[in-house]
Amino acid sequence: MTAHDHNHDHDDEHGSELSETQLRVRALETILTEKGYVDPAALDAIVETYETRIGPRNGAVVVAKAWTDPAFRQALLSDATKAVATLGHVSKVGDHLVAVENTPERHNMIVCTLCSCYPWEVLGLPPVWYKSAPYRSRAVKDPRGVLADFGVELPKATEIRVWDSTAETRFLVLPMRPAGTEGWSEERLADLVTRDSMIGTGLARKPGELAQ
Amino acid sequence: MSRREIAKVIPGLPHDAEGPVFREPWEAQAFAMALALHGRGLFTWPEWAATLAAEIRNAQEAGDPDTGETYYRHWLNALERLVAEKGVADAKTLARYYDAWDHAADRTPHGAPIELRPDDFK
Repeated sequence: MTAHDHNHDHDDEHGSELSETQLRVRALETILTEKGYVDPAALDAIVETYETRIGPRNGAVVVAKAWTDPAFRQALLSDATKAVATLGHVSKVGDHLVAVENTPERHNMIVCTLCSCYPWEVLGLPPVWYKSAPYRSRAVKDPRGVLADFGVELPKATEIRVWDSTAETRFLVLPMRPAGTEGWSEERLADLVTRDSMIGTGLARKPGELAQ
Repeated sequence: MSRREIAKVIPGLPHDAEGPVFREPWEAQAFAMALALHGRGLFTWPEWAATLAAEIRNAQEAGDPDTGETYYRHWLNALERLVAEKGVADAKTLARYYDAWDHAADRTPHGAPIELRPDDFK
């Protein structure tokens, strides 16, 4: 439905111009608003929520809690949807959130080979590379190579498990807690948790890597 | 200002090395419309994901390098398709509003907010 054949006779000196895509979005929004399907104010609120309120920070809080609270860790690993909900995060899309735990024996990485499903409620919106075909195809075929591109080298003995997300099930990686963080508060630990470490294309920061 | 410094000023803003998650306002609008329609029950999330996946596949077959930059284009295609399939607005209606917005843009002085008026529909 992208082919719109129009003979534009724009006068750029005086008029305004909207791109083909902008026109399509405006057309759709106007129709949906007129028919009562959407409310422009509600759309703005959704954008604001996902752009600023929900972000990788939510996931970082979840991970830091799992690192310090064994009961929460257990709850997270058995039913992440429920455990995350107890922290008051919204989960409007998709049914299941599954947390997969990194160990010295196994490193987990997430991908959505079909359509870039992503654990939005804990990580916000996906980065561009997550949505790219090269990542989607290579993550499955050559996870170690992808990790190398991200600057991560794991011991040869560590198995790499790649989880393919679906509309029903999305994954969150529970990274390993860095050494030298004994006695740290949840808040301080959360600063070590990067978005990429929860996708599995990175590791949690070491204490020395924190910006001073 | 480095990325980490920005993150400190605006905590939780999901930036990455390649910039903000939405590159243009229309991407955010398209994103929000899908969530709003899903929230309203127009389609289920599996229906949405299947349609989006099909649009991505179509685009790839048509030669889209699919590097993530065009993701919200596929998203918009999926949205238009589902809205048509669910009987909310067919291609003809979409085209009529498209033309009306185009007309509104043409008659709006550069820099002024573009608003739709009844006489934009010819």
